[in-house]
Amino acid sequence: MREAIAQRLSATGNASALELRGVSRYFGALSAIEDVTLTVGAGERRAVLGSNGAGKTTLFNCITGDHPPTSGTIRLFGEDITDFPPHERIRRGLRRTYQISLLFGGLAVIDNIYLACRGVARARYSMVRPRRDDAVMQAAFDLAHAVHLDDVEQTPVSELSHGQQRQLEIALALAGAPRLILFDEPAAGLSPTERRDLITILRTLPDHIGYIVIEHDMDVALQVSDQVTLMHNGRIFREGSPDEIESDPMVQEIYLGTGPDHG
Amino acid sequence: MSGMQPGGPRTAAAWLLGLILLLMPAFAGDFVLFQIFGWAFILGMIALSLMFLAGYGGMVSLVQMSVAGCAAYMVAIFGDSAITQISLGWPWWITVPLAIAIATLFGTLAGALAVRTQGIYTIMITLAIASAFFYFTRQNYVVFNGFSGFNGVLPPPLFGVDWRQPVPFYYLALFFAALAYFLVLYVSRAPFGLALQGIRDNPRRMEALGFNVVMHRIAAYAFASAIAAVAGVLLVWLNAQVSPGTAGIGPVIDILIIAVVGGLGRPIGPFIGAIIYVLLRTFALDFLVSLGLSGERFQLLIGAGFLVIVFWSPDGVLGLWDRTRERIASRDRQRSPLYRAIRGQTGGPA
Ligand SMILES: Nc1ncnc2c1ncn2[C@@H]1O[C@H](COP(=O)(O)OP(=O)(O)OP(=O)(O)O)[C@@H](O)[C@H]1O
Ligand SMILES: [Mg+2]
Repeated sequence: MREAIAQRLSATGNASALELRGVSRYFGALSAIEDVTLTVGAGERRAVLGSNGAGKTTLFNCITGDHPPTSGTIRLFGEDITDFPPHERIRRGLRRTYQISLLFGGLAVIDNIYLACRGVARARYSMVRPRRDDAVMQAAFDLAHAVHLDDVEQTPVSELSHGQQRQLEIALALAGAPRLILFDEPAAGLSPTERRDLITILRTLPDHIGYIVIEHDMDVALQVSDQVTLMHNGRIFREGSPDEIESDPMVQEIYLGTGPDHG
Repeated sequence: MSGMQPGGPRTAAAWLLGLILLLMPAFAGDFVLFQIFGWAFILGMIALSLMFLAGYGGMVSLVQMSVAGCAAYMVAIFGDSAITQISLGWPWWITVPLAIAIATLFGTLAGALAVRTQGIYTIMITLAIASAFFYFTRQNYVVFNGFSGFNGVLPPPLFGVDWRQPVPFYYLALFFAALAYFLVLYVSRAPFGLALQGIRDNPRRMEALGFNVVMHRIAAYAFASAIAAVAGVLLVWLNAQVSPGTAGIGPVIDILIIAVVGGLGRPIGPFIGAIIYVLLRTFALDFLVSLGLSGERFQLLIGAGFLVIVFWSPDGVLGLWDRTRERIASRDRQRSPLYRAIRGQTGGPA
């Protein structure tokens, strides 16, 4: 296990995938995250844990630019992207899923995936209709297969089950050549079988693809991550390997529901 | 027709309509060809450019008539008109492309100003630009010849045809209207149009998929403006003149009315709206006079018609038609325009 991790990390070069320095985000007077400093290595898989309102989703929104940080700097693969619009970050290999599915409800599954593949390919403004053997269209079909949605390819998204919609969220984040993916509670509301599928998908991603996954379920989180970050009240207050985190008395306290009241 | 099934009744209806339009000169008089259909095709194209922005892009632009007006002015200024001290008299093959390019640029710049706003603010900012264009053309005498504008603007006698004769003009306008119609239909299912509809429905997600939402919207303005610009060239040939009133506030609002009355859901809507508008405009006058009322009140009749249609069917005549059909077919599933745009060919209640 450890060896596999080391291999994966060395395979992806030295620049860290993501570097946050003193990142804060305010909504009016409310600070959703405050002074977050965080480094994620290339190919690293990290879980972010924390109670409701801890600022996990806000952290993702800062990284993707959906809600850019109020202060601090963000580097993606060594490049300062703090002032980049979201699409520029995405085109550099960043991907995300949303905690509450954000899909094109009236569109068929395959068209959702096609848009995702097109967004990170060239010819976004193409006025020529894609043919069935179009490379991007093919990529979309492959992706549908990879997340087990080939049976419902032509079904409008609004008719999918919750689990299938979550699968589709993941498919959209896998389009093109992702290098760092942010998964926001991908397991929420999934059945035990779907959960196992999800874990398989995450664990079988190619080695060079790193990710950060927000997960409430400690079991899932520890199974799919090399590193764990704990957030509370908008701040990071613990980082470590899954083993360290699991045995940390403070963590146990939180997960017993008594949480530290600092911050 | 975005929803036709091969061999279905809709296809048959579409072919029939096409045939009727092609053979129209065999049974329609000059007035109908020139003043009714010629004008309706042109207004339909301008309203189509609004439909593309509003229906697929969710952006209600009131600047499309001004773009057409701009193209009309450019044709008069660079080409020939009775105002020889201003018109440069350049040949049509420079004048026409240049006019279209300048008008498209104008529409694109207006779009660049408008795309960061939403809803009512988009309407306000484009209306402001349209008013500015109107007042500018009326006050500028050096280039736009102020209040009187330009007359004597005639189409070039290409292939030895006088294109201002009713039959040639009818086919000219029909050709470009059909071209614009099929182009919009085609592009709506190409990546450019598909992404535009994705942006309409979910701009945040589209950004997160790598699309530059702002640029894409501006590109949509450019595309729509090119259509309006072509229509503007036809318009100046139809009327043989252009003046500030061509793109005054009245006509600007009329385009919105045409598009909304016809329906913003599909590209055929604007043409339906245009023919209704032209018929009302042409015959409301006689109708009112025959009732002993002042003919000037035809705007009132159009306004009342607008009110009735919007009241009964917010998505225009098209919506009315769709719902009637749906009720007959007892279709239960309402699909979004985006779905229809893509799946139209393989069926569904498009
Ligand atoms: N768009 C917003 N506008 C105002 N306040 C916000 C916004 N987004 C988040 N917040 C606030 O920021 C804080 C952190 O929210 P965030 O969604 O990041 O928490 P979270 O850790 O993802 O919680 P959960 O586990 O419930 O998803 C909360 O107090 C929330 O109310
Ligand atoms: Mg959250």
